[in-house]
Amino acid sequence: MEEAAYFEAINLGKTYKTPNGDAVIVKGFDLKMKKGEFVCVLGHSGCGKSTVLSMVAGLNEISEGSVLIDQKEIEGAAPDRGVVFQAPCLLPWMSTWDNVMLGVEQVYYHATQEERNQIVEYYLSAVGLGDAMHKRPGELSGGMRQRVGLARAFALSPKMLLLDEPFGMLDKLTKFELQQVLLDLWNRERLTAMMITHDVDEAIYLADRVVMMTNGPAARVGEVVKIDFERPRDRRDIMSDPKYLEYREQLISFLEERVYQMDEAA
Amino acid sequence: MIAFAGFVILWSIFSSIVKTDSVQIPSPHQSWYALTGTAIPGFAHPFPDSISGAEAPYFAENDGLDPKSINGFAKAEEIAEQRYLESQQDRVDNFMEKSRQAAAEGDAEKAEKYKGNAEMFAGKTYSGNKTFYDQIWISLLTVSIGFFIATIVAVPIGVLCGISPLFNTAMNPLIQLFKPGSPLAWFPIVFVVTTWGIDTPPSDSIWQRALWTSAGVVMLCSLWPTLINTAVGVASVDKDHLNVAKVLKLGWAKRIWKIVLPASLPLIFTGLRLSIGVGWMVLIAADMMAQNQGLGKFVWDMYQNGDTMSTAQIIVAVFVIGGIGFFLDRIMLVFQRLVTFEDQNV
Repeated sequence: MEEAAYFEAINLGKTYKTPNGDAVIVKGFDLKMKKGEFVCVLGHSGCGKSTVLSMVAGLNEISEGSVLIDQKEIEGAAPDRGVVFQAPCLLPWMSTWDNVMLGVEQVYYHATQEERNQIVEYYLSAVGLGDAMHKRPGELSGGMRQRVGLARAFALSPKMLLLDEPFGMLDKLTKFELQQVLLDLWNRERLTAMMITHDVDEAIYLADRVVMMTNGPAARVGEVVKIDFERPRDRRDIMSDPKYLEYREQLISFLEERVYQMDEAA
Repeated sequence: MIAFAGFVILWSIFSSIVKTDSVQIPSPHQSWYALTGTAIPGFAHPFPDSISGAEAPYFAENDGLDPKSINGFAKAEEIAEQRYLESQQDRVDNFMEKSRQAAAEGDAEKAEKYKGNAEMFAGKTYSGNKTFYDQIWISLLTVSIGFFIATIVAVPIGVLCGISPLFNTAMNPLIQLFKPGSPLAWFPIVFVVTTWGIDTPPSDSIWQRALWTSAGVVMLCSLWPTLINTAVGVASVDKDHLNVAKVLKLGWAKRIWKIVLPASLPLIFTGLRLSIGVGWMVLIAADMMAQNQGLGKFVWDMYQNGDTMSTAQIIVAVFVIGGIGFFLDRIMLVFQRLVTFEDQNV
């Protein structure tokens, strides 16, 4: 028997009212995820994948359908969904430590100060910022700031981790480093994670399943590809695996050809 | 430097042209003399009458400074205060001696009475005239009070305006109406309020009613830039930062303290900087009308004197007022830089 879905998006849709009629961004988006699953949502720029994530995060109102996490429908934003934004969105007037602590205080309001300190310290060390805990975000490089972003999201011990192109603004080498940091942390906690990306290699390396969206307007789930690599993964092993090229081919051919056929059909 | 030298030359030429029967625009040298009380060596004396006049012999007692000049007057007050305190001390000593004598004679009652007299004289302080330097401090005190109250009032209202579009719409007509109002129009109203609300203090206290009136006018006029900038700053807090607050489900108090206020501090301080500039300008006019013992009153008194020496002192006051205004602006700029992060979006 199949395990009950931990995350469920049912017929999710987003419509903006404009003077020239309704603009339908997303329509009929259906997705189920098991607990501890890592799903990457892939699609062309502007197809509406970020809209889906911000609706799941509760930052954008849901026009149609619903989102269930652990059998409960979500209502607005809450710290049970840790979000990592494309820009790290740190508060520049607070130290790295205080940025993470801000969330920890909200979630662990019953814990002692000592316990909270331990949590903050643990996650900052885990993302490799043990030496930069009391620096201001302005003193950190882009990659280091996004590490803080990851630490802040994980430190909430959320039910779900939502990542909105978190490495989109970083250079390739930094991106590799941070993917590793993310995977290491994720391997320890096995949070149910949804990540938006337009990087095919990133999706294959990180995800259990890659969900490809059709182009907007009225974007929905196009195809789903299961990525069958064992965990923990090693980048070199994966890249030399013949399956890797197969997956890559599958994803790219969807994005370059089949997505347009589906749009025409619709 | 060249511009300044050119300015001084033009000023000299201008002052030699603009003359009436009783007064002329003071030359740079006359203004210098009005500040320091001594002529610059090697130049012709700017006020030849003063050294040949009846008062000339007193210059020597006053360290050679013309007592009609700013520094000379301050010196004269200092000497007068010293003399006053010395004479008081003589009286104290005198009474203490009498008290000891009475005690030696066994008259305890008399001894106590003399001792009381001595203590009374020991407690006396000199209440002379306010010098220019006292007036600078009083002006700064007045503007600080006005500015401080304005900040306390303007920032919370500005935050409310920034958070709630409804409140902003409600406040906007009032703000637009009162903002361009002249400080002189506010004066009589503030005067009524302070007369009603503040008891007449002892005459030697610096907390005169006039000071509060002046401060009130300063407050009413320096309120607006802070209010408007705070409202704009709060309304334009980065959406990313607000999203963080949303995701963490911060309560409203925490949201304001930890996110909204720090994010809008740079604009708030821009407003405060404008406010203190406006406040300082308004203060001089308010001082003139309220007769608060500040720089405005100094200018007014000198204007009433109406001779060239007094006009020269006004020129000094103009420079000092400008200099202090510039200095206040710099202080606010330093604060503004402190709260502004190079990269607001990280």
